[in-house]
Amino acid sequence: MSEHTHDHDHHDADIPHVSLKEYATGFVLAVILTVIPFWLVMGDVLESSTTTVMVILGFALVQIVVHMVFFLHMNFHSEGGWNMLALIFTLILVFITLAGSLWVMHNLNVNMMPGMMEGASLHAPLHAQSC
Amino acid sequence: MSENTMTADVNSTQDGQLEFLVKGDHHPQNGTLLGFWIYLMSDCLIFAALFATYGVLGRSYAGGPTGMELFDLSLIAINTSLLLVSSITYGFAMLQMQANKVKGTMFWLAVTGMLGLGFLSLELYEFHHLIHVGAGPQTSGFWTAFFALVGTHGLHVFFGIVWLVTLLFQLKKHGLIPENKRRVFCLSMFWHFLDVVWVGVFTYVYLMGVLP
Repeated sequence: MSEHTHDHDHHDADIPHVSLKEYATGFVLAVILTVIPFWLVMGDVLESSTTTVMVILGFALVQIVVHMVFFLHMNFHSEGGWNMLALIFTLILVFITLAGSLWVMHNLNVNMMPGMMEGASLHAPLHAQSC
Repeated sequence: MSENTMTADVNSTQDGQLEFLVKGDHHPQNGTLLGFWIYLMSDCLIFAALFATYGVLGRSYAGGPTGMELFDLSLIAINTSLLLVSSITYGFAMLQMQANKVKGTMFWLAVTGMLGLGFLSLELYEFHHLIHVGAGPQTSGFWTAFFALVGTHGLHVFFGIVWLVTLLFQLKKHGLIPENKRRVFCLSMFWHFLDVVWVGVFTYVYLMGVLP
């Protein structure tokens, strides 16, 4: 049945071929990569929250790649490579936006918090209030 | 064929000379999918800005309630699974479309839309609950950034559902014509893209939000 569509392929060739195996693999991987971070956080599995943050961020990155490959059908030759080029360009911009904002604003916070310029006695109540 | 030689004469007339340019499957009418992908990438930048805002304001509670106190992770887990299942049901719709079965395509699209509606209703319930307990967008920088980010994602899901319903009518009226196939594929990219963004949202906002 699916071969039938290739008869008039100058329309259908626009749309990439998809397969059940692809979607099933993607779905199973996505479920695993979703359940583990939820379990880590809801079950208080790891003692250090910094470790938990690192691990769940890692799982999120892997899951985004899984979605890109299996659901969005990304590869290096779709649309003559322009899809991937646009994606890489966007990822660079996203990285600059996120990392840049967080870095700059963190520096501002550290260097310009009123509490930081005074002694520790002033710092403690101000800090408690801001939380 | 005649207009093809007009536009693509560089690679068809001089064999062997310039063939390295466009040797493979070059389709001039391919523009829509690439254009839509570039739209999605620009959408990605909107979300990057919202994520950055949330990251910067992530702990500015202004003495108000925190995410740790108010986020209900089991609700988010249900929401996440709804969106994830809707990804695979959209995949089933794509497979039915590939097999040229219009009824099956419409059925799985409708299931996807239902799951999307479920996601949206739960999200609206969550928003309503948050505002009700005093954590509205005007409460603090944290809640402003939260509602801007999660709300923008929800708005995208809403427009995805509107598009999906429109497409159902189109499919009913015209069947699986090439234009409709192209539209179904574009919506599939949109839908899966929203799922990608949601992965970022539930990790960065909810899971990291309840950690000390």
